[in-house]
Amino acid sequence: MIEQVRRYRFFLILLLINLAILYLHPEIGWQSLRITGDTLLEMLAVLPPIFLLLGLLDVWVDREAMMKLMGENSGWLGISLAFLLGSAAAGPLYAAFPIAGVLIRKGAKLANVLIFIGAWSTTKIPMLLFEASAMGWKFMVVRFAVDIPGIALIAYATEKVLSQRERQDICEQAKSELQ
Amino acid sequence: MFTVSLYVITGILLLISFSRDRSKTKTAMLKAWRSFEGILPQLLSIFIIIGLMLAVLSPAAITSLIGTESGWLGMLIASVIGSITLIPGFVAFPLAAALLSAGAGFKQIAVFVSTLMMVGVITLPLEIKYFGWKAAAVRNLLAYGFSFVVAIVIGWILT
Repeated sequence: MIEQVRRYRFFLILLLINLAILYLHPEIGWQSLRITGDTLLEMLAVLPPIFLLLGLLDVWVDREAMMKLMGENSGWLGISLAFLLGSAAAGPLYAAFPIAGVLIRKGAKLANVLIFIGAWSTTKIPMLLFEASAMGWKFMVVRFAVDIPGIALIAYATEKVLSQRERQDICEQAKSELQ
Repeated sequence: MFTVSLYVITGILLLISFSRDRSKTKTAMLKAWRSFEGILPQLLSIFIIIGLMLAVLSPAAITSLIGTESGWLGMLIASVIGSITLIPGFVAFPLAAALLSAGAGFKQIAVFVSTLMMVGVITLPLEIKYFGWKAAAVRNLLAYGFSFVVAIVIGWILT
């Protein structure tokens, strides 16, 4: 019980702040709670399948297969898979982090996982269609064309900046999750 | 629509998994729950912050901030708002389209959209949990810088 309160303490503090605002500025407080509620509902709609897929991925895809597909020596195959997986995604970016954790745990190359994160954040296919209808095809296509190399560049640069030790720590952290 | 297909695919895969190995499927569902519950405290905090932030930074407020400023200052303001807010795409793009018709330039819109997607200040604690602070910081900083490149290219081609 105390452990649960400790884990949720930051959330509880924020909730109190929101309630204080509700008292001091009812309009902003209500608006805020309404937006929080909407986001929560939206999350509840999309997160269950994402996490179930994460579980299935963890159980059925073994380490050897993942290393071959997205590991250190997976080359273009790994890069393409990372882009495809990320682009086929639905849901907000924060849902991508736990999946990234599983990919790392299974032996995917860090740069590939970062490409997956980048693709999830910017080149999601359903989002692109929506973007084209709101902003026009030209805007979407140009952004997409610039983003693809950019995502890869950011991923490789981030991996390069990390020391061997730091990369190991990330793997260890991923392994300690979900045990 | 996309969410529905996601459910259908997940359902089919779960059924296949279940027919092949019951206990493995059970483990998978347990892991799904545990990993969800593992980030629930952070998620709930993020939702409250999103609520508070968007209650103050309403679409109207964002329009008045980005819509009027142009040039580098406009891009800078747009990039900061894009980095700290977390707006789902189906709200962000109509907002971006509205900004455009309100008089904001393509560069400002592009940097806003790009930072909105790639840079996540609110979700940083979650990202650090999985990638460590250094990787998270480097990725976000690079993404922030890159958003200006995207904006310059879009501004150059579309105007």
